[in-house]
Amino acid sequence: MKTITIDPITRLEGHGKISIFLDAKGDVANAYLQIPELRGFERFCQGRRAEDMPQITSRICGVCPVAHHFASTKALDAAFNVDPPSAAKKLRELMYCGYYIYDHILHFYYLGGPDFVVGPDAPPAKRNVLGVIEKAGVEIGKEVIKHRAYGQKITAILGGKATHPVCGLPGGVSKGLNKDEVKEIEKMGKSCVEFAKFSLKLFDDIVLKNKDYVDLILSDPYTLKTYNMGLVDENNKVNFYDGKIRVTDQKGKEHLKFDVNDYYKNIAEHVEEWSYIKFTYLKDIGWKGFKDGKDSGIYRVGPLGRLNAAEGMATPLADMEYKRFFETLGGKAVNSTLAFHWARLIELLYATERAMELLKDPEITSTKIRNPVGEPGEGIGVTEAARGTLIHHYKLDKNGLIEKANLIVATTNNAGAINMSVRDAAQGVIKKGKVNDGLLNMVEMAFRAYDPCFACATHTLPGGMPLEVNIYDENKKLHKTIRRNL
Amino acid sequence: MNKEKKETGNNKKLQLAFYWAASCGGCEIAVLDIDEKILDVVAIADILFWPVAMDFKYKDVEAMKDDTIDVCFFNGSIRTEEQEHIAHLLRKKSKILVAFGACAVSGGIPGLANISNREEIFNVSYLDNPSTVNPRKTVPKNSVKVKEGTLTLPEFYDTVKTLDQTVDVDYYLPGCPPTPDQIMTAVGAIAENKLPPKGSVIGSMKSVCDECRFEKSEKKIKEIKRVYEVDKIEDKCLLEQGIICLGPATRGGCDARCLDANMPCTGCGGPTPNSLDQGAKMISALASILGIEDEEKMSDEEVQKLIDQIVDPVGTFYKYGLPSALINRRVMK
Repeated sequence: MKTITIDPITRLEGHGKISIFLDAKGDVANAYLQIPELRGFERFCQGRRAEDMPQITSRICGVCPVAHHFASTKALDAAFNVDPPSAAKKLRELMYCGYYIYDHILHFYYLGGPDFVVGPDAPPAKRNVLGVIEKAGVEIGKEVIKHRAYGQKITAILGGKATHPVCGLPGGVSKGLNKDEVKEIEKMGKSCVEFAKFSLKLFDDIVLKNKDYVDLILSDPYTLKTYNMGLVDENNKVNFYDGKIRVTDQKGKEHLKFDVNDYYKNIAEHVEEWSYIKFTYLKDIGWKGFKDGKDSGIYRVGPLGRLNAAEGMATPLADMEYKRFFETLGGKAVNSTLAFHWARLIELLYATERAMELLKDPEITSTKIRNPVGEPGEGIGVTEAARGTLIHHYKLDKNGLIEKANLIVATTNNAGAINMSVRDAAQGVIKKGKVNDGLLNMVEMAFRAYDPCFACATHTLPGGMPLEVNIYDENKKLHKTIRRNL
Repeated sequence: MNKEKKETGNNKKLQLAFYWAASCGGCEIAVLDIDEKILDVVAIADILFWPVAMDFKYKDVEAMKDDTIDVCFFNGSIRTEEQEHIAHLLRKKSKILVAFGACAVSGGIPGLANISNREEIFNVSYLDNPSTVNPRKTVPKNSVKVKEGTLTLPEFYDTVKTLDQTVDVDYYLPGCPPTPDQIMTAVGAIAENKLPPKGSVIGSMKSVCDECRFEKSEKKIKEIKRVYEVDKIEDKCLLEQGIICLGPATRGGCDARCLDANMPCTGCGGPTPNSLDQGAKMISALASILGIEDEEKMSDEEVQKLIDQIVDPVGTFYKYGLPSALINRRVMK
């Protein structure tokens, strides 16, 4: 049997490694995406002061620190049995919008989007943010840099610093907003709304008006019929900061809707010996291996998961885009992996619109931003990280120290699906032992669509992602090496 | 430094590299946060590799001649076999190796894992966990036979190490993450060949207290409070409000931004210049503000009562630097 190894894939928490095994006919027998790193947060958080958790856990990911910061702060609200004042919740949500603006722009323009904007067939050296600037123009490039920075600035104004913020406390936030700061954020926010609209138009012009791209989005190797998960508000609209967890099936029908406190009754994690990452699944259906369909408990989270798991967006412009998304791609559920990119831009528009709504709320400058805490106990906090549903669960001792911590991060929720998408993409390209550069692009595109924490960063300055594929024969002797961009 | 000047002179662009080990990616985002200044950096330097930007293969680095890289910014601590390997490799290939950010400098938050070991970490992650269903007690292994062949994973070590506990380090750039200004200062010093002596920290000579907007009044306190216990954080020195703030023991350069958000310094800048152990310095600062230095006036009981209020000394005083502290791990049976 031949083995193809792509090692390492650059990622945010170390590296990823893909091994593809071919059968006797030279077709793909199986593929494994391995995560070769673990840091052990759940263990070393034991014994820490509870109030340190929002800052300790933000170090799980420096790309999405705000998501961990507030999932953690919400877990502390629950553990100390305190409901923050509504102004504090609005300030947290506003900061969350700033974070989404920065993170979704980062992914679309720097990391994943170049696949489309520059094109999947473009030379790898062009498939990066510089290529995007070249194609869209230097002026646009400056706008990209400016608006990503705006997102970070909004977070920094509210959170002290963008990476890693400090404002989250059980019962509220440590810092409010004054009128000047509101004005400053409003100015940036307005500009971000326009930039989000522009980005959707760019996607329309470059991707949706190109039949080849649309065919690629809808093609089999990029289709995965899993369940979908995301937080929704009381009207079943997408919400990043709060709500209930809703799960829909392959046809978009509600399968489960549960309170975040019941996460462990509905979600379970499976361990494999060959990766440090765990694989989540729906408990009622069970772990059936790396399979999609109704009988497998694997689900997807993140922009596509959220749009599928909801019934709309809570702001007008984003809701229009939401409807157009499902009309264009053939109704619910959209099971096309590459549609993650479009979904991400719709969420970007929502984040900007929602930020503007919050800024207009007179309560946003309230000084009532904290409530006194109760006795320490147990608490669960859930938010939607840019990459998907994020769960923090703590048990505190009587001194307010962490006794136990359980964390299910966004990319873990997608780990099973990403593994299958990589396998399917490989199966789509490799036939009868024929392997070429196309494989590399196709496999990369499969995992990059998820914006996973382990593959995030393959696309920006200053060049494309160099890859090497080694093909071994049955005797594990190196048969062929394909290199790109090395 | 003359050697570098000779070799990188003649209008040859600087050859820069960025690498991350056990880290969160925040250091990489900090580099992106220099925003449009990245164009200035690209004007004077070639970036040979940068994980947030591009991938690379170990074989490429192995194939490089020694000292090909002028300056390598290395972030993240050393936790696995793979990270240790790449640290050695990059040391060999780089003229200047900079420990970038708290994890590489002093172990960072992942370094808190030194209160534990591999077995305990695996137990909590894979076995004793409320959402993990694992009847066969499966844990990841270094080499696994699957149906189709063999898969390998790098070994996970018991102890987290800093970069300079692994290889020789030339400079240190502290912070979690370093601020864009600190990064540009370092890049500027490299570009103009104005680097300080080997082994220096490239950073502010001030403490966070020096940069803090709050006034200190040398007031003594009687008790330590948790930040969430203080109903309203007032616009004055947090230590004087009873909140443990590592400002006096921590190197500045950050403009005390956490304090701008009314939250205490947690020490990410590492020890102040000329101080060896950040925690020891903070404990002595606390002893002074708590009046323990006048302990002849206090009963043992009173002193003990004050000390008992410090509920998590390791996490409080060594949050970013346990692996580099004088006592750097828990002794495991």
